[in-house]
Amino acid sequence: MAQTISVKELVKKVLSKEKLFILDARNTDDFDDWKIEGENVEVINKPYFELIDGIEPVQDQLPRDKDIYVICAKGGSSEFVADQIMEAGFTNNVFSIEGGMKAWSEYLEPIKIGDLKNGDSIYQFVRIGKGCLSYLIESNGKGAMIDTNRMIEQYEEFISEHNIQMKHVLDTHLHADHISGGRKLAEKHGATYYLPPKDADEVTYEYNHIQDGDEYQVGETTIKAVYSPGHTIGSTSFVVDDQYLLTGDILFIDSIGRPDLAGKAEDWVSDLRNSLYKRYKELADDLLVLPAHFMTHHEMNDDGSVSEKLGVLYKENHGLNIQDENEFRRTVTENLPPQPNSYQEIRETNMGKINPELEQQREMEIGPNRCAVR
Amino acid sequence: MSVQSTKVLDCKGLACPMPIVRTKKEMDTLELGDVLEIHATDKGAKNDLTAWAKSGGHELIKDEEENGVLKFWIKKG
Repeated sequence: MAQTISVKELVKKVLSKEKLFILDARNTDDFDDWKIEGENVEVINKPYFELIDGIEPVQDQLPRDKDIYVICAKGGSSEFVADQIMEAGFTNNVFSIEGGMKAWSEYLEPIKIGDLKNGDSIYQFVRIGKGCLSYLIESNGKGAMIDTNRMIEQYEEFISEHNIQMKHVLDTHLHADHISGGRKLAEKHGATYYLPPKDADEVTYEYNHIQDGDEYQVGETTIKAVYSPGHTIGSTSFVVDDQYLLTGDILFIDSIGRPDLAGKAEDWVSDLRNSLYKRYKELADDLLVLPAHFMTHHEMNDDGSVSEKLGVLYKENHGLNIQDENEFRRTVTENLPPQPNSYQEIRETNMGKINPELEQQREMEIGPNRCAVR
Repeated sequence: MSVQSTKVLDCKGLACPMPIVRTKKEMDTLELGDVLEIHATDKGAKNDLTAWAKSGGHELIKDEEENGVLKFWIKKG
């Protein structure tokens, strides 16, 4: 029997830039859409159903001198293929990745971004499989969570290990690529849940309004709301202690937000332009930008975190350097990448209009986030 | 469309990769042009059976879902 490895261990290897060889045994359409990526990751694809009688179709592409990791959609077929590889006489380590791409897509790795005043901290939770980033601000034992993902157990484990009492749970906007866990986390921990009201016209539950200029106190730390529409009409950024700028889906490291996921690309282009070219310009250059997504591992720092100074982005991010307004309009409305998987159902779930079963929610979130344009 | 099945294969409750492993085994016993009807509950079966049939030169002639059971008719090629 082949060995198995958890996605948690695998993520650590990917983030520490270990050289990895992965055989992805899903069908080729799924592989082309979305796969494991990393600086030192070599990944090949051969669907498991072509390997039922043996691994001849892929044998020559498999290394004999290093570990082989096999992944599939849910972890069943990868075990089958890993066993087939061993039966074919491979003597190197062969691992099946537990839970497959589904588990890969859900794992969150907490990385400390830096210190706040008085020894307080801000953590980035990297959902490496889907490119989602969420944030926990901890100050004097109190906590605020921003852009919480669906799998709240992983945050809860962290919160309880660090003895944090949750105060505020905020979403920068109504998400279209992943299901928010914000409301649930807030309810379970007696914290207050906030959403920008302009994104919440159709929301079916009670929430607290985020307005431009609002301030939220977490221990010694202040979080300030900066209205920055464009990805959605409500999109709001947060400035934390005059050090960090949480941009949500408006500004990423190597791309900018797309304005079309609520069907209003043309209407929202000028908002997006104004947020990126005026509103953010008024902020300090040395704020560290912390976005809600990354698209590729090239945007990662050496420790696996994703961040860059605002001033650097104004020099290097293509989306912040399109001087011509018409060209900008074309860039963000034409030839956009495909929309995220199930994005309409995800929006409706986040509005509380539909309440799919857990398994269905997991299915809806499969695939990359696709919230950006370059 | 009514399709005459040569054989029915029950893969309900089986997870990946078993529906395709069983299908392949069964298909090997059939004659060219025979139609195998497969019942499965694994959601991934649809994409995978479609891709498998294509790569093996078989034809997926029909598929439908009934009360959570996915049904496929594949003609051996």
